[in-house]
Amino acid sequence: MNGVINYIVSIAKGIKTLVDGMRVTGYYFFHPKLIVTQQYPENRDTLKMFDRYRGEVTMPHNEKNEHRCTGCGICELNCPNGSIEIISKTIEIAEGKKKRVIDKHIYHLAMCTMCNLCVKSCPSDALAMGQKFEHAVWDRSKLTKVLNQPGSQIMQDIKE
Amino acid sequence: MAFSIYDFNTLTSSIHQALDARFTPLSVQIIEWGLIGLSFLIFVALFGLFLVYLERKICAFFQQRLGPMRVGYWGTLQTVADFIKLLMKELILPNRADKFLYTLAPFIVIIVTFMAIAVVPFAKGLQALDFDIGVFYVTAISSLGVIGILLAGWSSNNKYSLIGAMRSGAQIISYELSVGMALITMIILAGSMQISEIVEAQRNGWFIFTGHIPAWIAFFVFVIAGTAETNRGPFDLAEAESELTAGFHTEYSGIKFAFFFLAEYVNLFIVSAMATTLFLGGWMPLHFGHFTGFNHVMDFIPPIFWFFGKVMAVIFLIMWFKWTFPRLRIDQILVLEWKFLLPINLINILLMTLIVLKKWHF
Repeated sequence: MNGVINYIVSIAKGIKTLVDGMRVTGYYFFHPKLIVTQQYPENRDTLKMFDRYRGEVTMPHNEKNEHRCTGCGICELNCPNGSIEIISKTIEIAEGKKKRVIDKHIYHLAMCTMCNLCVKSCPSDALAMGQKFEHAVWDRSKLTKVLNQPGSQIMQDIKE
Repeated sequence: MAFSIYDFNTLTSSIHQALDARFTPLSVQIIEWGLIGLSFLIFVALFGLFLVYLERKICAFFQQRLGPMRVGYWGTLQTVADFIKLLMKELILPNRADKFLYTLAPFIVIIVTFMAIAVVPFAKGLQALDFDIGVFYVTAISSLGVIGILLAGWSSNNKYSLIGAMRSGAQIISYELSVGMALITMIILAGSMQISEIVEAQRNGWFIFTGHIPAWIAFFVFVIAGTAETNRGPFDLAEAESELTAGFHTEYSGIKFAFFFLAEYVNLFIVSAMATTLFLGGWMPLHFGHFTGFNHVMDFIPPIFWFFGKVMAVIFLIMWFKWTFPRLRIDQILVLEWKFLLPINLINILLMTLIVLKKWHF
């Protein structure tokens, strides 16, 4: 008798699990607002990627056209496939003292894997990942970018 | 009292008389066969395409995504594009495959499907074959489908296809018992195996309401066994796309694969049509015994809409099963049948017989 009761209870438990599963998928079916797919080319006007999206490497500049890059080259060392080239120059401040300053921060977008290592390893937080993802161009030379804007200089309070 | 239910017999007999006046009786028969066959072919082709599209859309909505959207408005031409692609693919004959059986297998599957569709009651008078053993005929014909699958697996000369076909054969043969017994339960309630009689017997209420508890149990068992019969839903181990490549139809491409694919979806339609005929009243509108006013209102919707509405509801239920439950292993599938569904079916038949004898049904 015990066996029969166990049998019937197991059937009832099984049916309950089936109904639970169907309730979840039924909820998804009857609530089409929950759909996560976006129809891409039609929604370009309102499209905004999520905050941590890794689109391309950018060097943020503030309103006074200042960036935070000291030209240390740590990002160039950390980049796994050499997509960054740092060209720095020395300038004189005060008498006799030389300081290294970034001349060109060359970024090869064509080779970048968006691995985020340059952003993470920068000691002065000079780099950030941008949100733009439509990088297709007709001219390959446009994919080699110089990240520091012309005429910009480093912010005053960045420690070396 | 069916004064407002349109009887298609008037249309068919007027066509018959118009033909009779012009041709010899033999040619009339041949022309009628041709017309019926052509209409079924067109229906199967169009409905198969529609079901494939519906499956992709419904599956997408269950998974919180959109499904085909680009080909045609909201993706409606997607299946058309798929079938054109399938028609243009190269037909491969594997090395050392049994050539005759390899070419024969998809034809057996599709022929069986067409034979089963001939008895489906679409509306009053719109049923191609009306045997007095209609339900028995459908179960018998569905059993022939196994031959197609076994031949496909064996003749592909591919051990994975063979394993898939053997598993599918075991599964289908086991679940035929459950399907047959669930149908027998409802035949006991109906009193006849003739499909038009069964639909007429539901004039005062669908069997799922009049034959309360045993009918619910039988419906539950029939839907489960029906999805297992068509190798669908959580029972699709034989053609599991991620496990056995494509199971018994791995080696097929082009139009032969399209036959298997189409046959699967039309079999789904047949299982749903049987479920609606025997449980949900076929083309009979929703009637409750003594509420004649309500019954008259229900009669205004044409029976063919009732039929397709119910079939769509059962198809939706079966698709819901497929996209909710994980796939069962072959031993779990057989345990389900032999240890659970079969005893439940036997007890249910006893219960239904008791209820019919004592007239404890509505």
